[in-house]
Amino acid sequence: MIRFIIRRLLLSIPVVLGVVVIVFLLIRVVPGDPCQAALQEKANPTTCFAFRERFGLNEALPIQFVIYFRDLLSGNLGESIRTGQPVTEILVQRMPTTIELTFYALVFAVVVGMTLGIVSAYRRNSSADVTTMMVANLGVSVPVFVLGLFLAFVFAVLLKDTPFALPPTGRLTAGTIPTPIYEAWGLKDLQGPPQTILEFIGNMYTVNAVLTLNSQLFIDSARHLILPAIALGTIPMAIIARMTRSSLLEVLGQDYIRTARAKGMSPRLVMFRHALRNALLPVVTVIGLSIGALLSGAVLTETIFGLTGVGKTIFESITGRDYIVIQGFAVIVAIIYVMVNLIVDISYAFLDPRVRLS
Amino acid sequence: MSEQATALDVAGESAPEETIAAPRAVWRSTLSRILHQRSAVVGLILLGFLFSIAIFADFIAPYDPTQVLVGEPGAKPRLGPCIHILGCPSTQPEHWFGLDGNVRDEFSRIVYGSRISLAIGFATVIWSIIVGMFIGAISGYFGGRTDNGLMRTMDMLLAFPALLLAIVVVTILGKGLTNAMLAIGIVSIPIYARVMRSSVLTVSEQDYVTAARALGDTPLGIMRRRVIPNAVTPLIVQGTLGIGTAVLEIAALSFLGLAAQAPTPEWGVMIGLERNQLFTSPLLVFIPGLFLILTVLGFNLLGDGLRDAFDPRLAR
Repeated sequence: MIRFIIRRLLLSIPVVLGVVVIVFLLIRVVPGDPCQAALQEKANPTTCFAFRERFGLNEALPIQFVIYFRDLLSGNLGESIRTGQPVTEILVQRMPTTIELTFYALVFAVVVGMTLGIVSAYRRNSSADVTTMMVANLGVSVPVFVLGLFLAFVFAVLLKDTPFALPPTGRLTAGTIPTPIYEAWGLKDLQGPPQTILEFIGNMYTVNAVLTLNSQLFIDSARHLILPAIALGTIPMAIIARMTRSSLLEVLGQDYIRTARAKGMSPRLVMFRHALRNALLPVVTVIGLSIGALLSGAVLTETIFGLTGVGKTIFESITGRDYIVIQGFAVIVAIIYVMVNLIVDISYAFLDPRVRLS
Repeated sequence: MSEQATALDVAGESAPEETIAAPRAVWRSTLSRILHQRSAVVGLILLGFLFSIAIFADFIAPYDPTQVLVGEPGAKPRLGPCIHILGCPSTQPEHWFGLDGNVRDEFSRIVYGSRISLAIGFATVIWSIIVGMFIGAISGYFGGRTDNGLMRTMDMLLAFPALLLAIVVVTILGKGLTNAMLAIGIVSIPIYARVMRSSVLTVSEQDYVTAARALGDTPLGIMRRRVIPNAVTPLIVQGTLGIGTAVLEIAALSFLGLAAQAPTPEWGVMIGLERNQLFTSPLLVFIPGLFLILTVLGFNLLGDGLRDAFDPRLAR
């Protein structure tokens, strides 16, 4: 097993390297002058030369790449062309929003999707099955932005002043300021990477609330997350429901299931002990593939629900030609994506021993 | 189906050009299998409805979709629907879905929007399938280093979330509908290339391909006459599902302001323009949204139905 993991890790290195090169090149073929975009009316040949000098854009492309790669290895992702803020700082501020959002969306998708799929397969061709599959078909076809706007309309307008009302924008009610973890833990003098890490974790507000035992903060941030998470998670939820159902139905037709039934095992035990584990493999693939869809959807969800996360940052940086920020974020997103696929492969090997040997 | 195709190909060896077009019986049995799939039928009905709207848009829509109706009696931005049989005074001109923020007839815009969305879906998928098909076919047929190089490139394209990659491509090419279609097409090439490759790998093992090779047919000829025609079925299924996705993604890009531009009556643009009026005029957001859902649903249902109909394990 460990050998398998190491081999897969080594195999993902060239993919990550390729991604780094592609991002670097793609961003430099984008037409439009970053100096013009950043300095606007102040842009003239002299200021632009100084600007390009400062961000190393006057060097030849290969030299730029070497410098960029060296910095990347030492964890330095550069500074934003537009604001001068270090990219790592922007990442620490905004990445947690997206991680929190995609995590809850994924939890929604997996829990609801698998439950619907199991119920459907268990009661095949019943009205519950037909309804579930209709919901799933509809779920795959709804654009994220339409669903997001619809949810905002229902929960913030129609259900206004009822206990079911939910906030349609932002991460917290205006005025709520979460305490940084290191302050709550009495570590005010903390410096350097440990502080950054705690800050990163603390910017996931629900996690912060748990770690600082702040129930009010937890409720507030969770209420703000419900609508975006459902909007983002619906398409993967529908795909997972369909995949669970079809995969379970295939497994339920196998001989060993008949044997298990014949020896008098209860249908529920057959389902959970024999069928589900064997039906999980394709479902896990789909879950892994959904992460990419979630990151794509995050651009739209964050735009609609006014969340400043990775998706919104990448979108704004692309339209504002902030090379350095796009570069940093794109590399991080691609690495996360490759890592997720690695985890999916490893869980494959865990679920199906045959994969390990091949 | 594949068995029939094999038999026909071998039998027709002396006149290869004629065997590509399947005889009518094959088409008829395929069609009947499709019509036995409930989801395919529902999908076909939905798409039939949308296609008729698109084809007869000129006769259905009462107004030009970009015509600003300022000066018409009672016309004002975001006027609610006015339908005469439902009690709207006949002194007012009829507007089934009301007027949009720029005083244009929403119903006419929806009707013409169907034309744009369907055209976008087909054009995007067709160009992406053609490129994907060639890459996949070359990769699968020649194997070895060619295969490795092409497939690793495809893997790297897949390492980016699709919509983000499309945004980057649109930024490189410039905003606009055509560029957005190119971008979405590029992003989906790897999917078709993979499907085609695996399908070609299976077909290349068949005896009739070996036979053609033994008869001295050139690789290109074998590819064109034997391999591709027998390997495209999964591609058609994937393509049908892909049209739905393409429509969705172009609408998303339009919504973000990167694809179609106002005043084009594209549904994504229409939603993007009115999204800040969600709380006062929800219909202007939800009607184009509903039509988007119906279109995507239609292609998805048809694609699912086709997949089941062509699945050899289900063949009777």
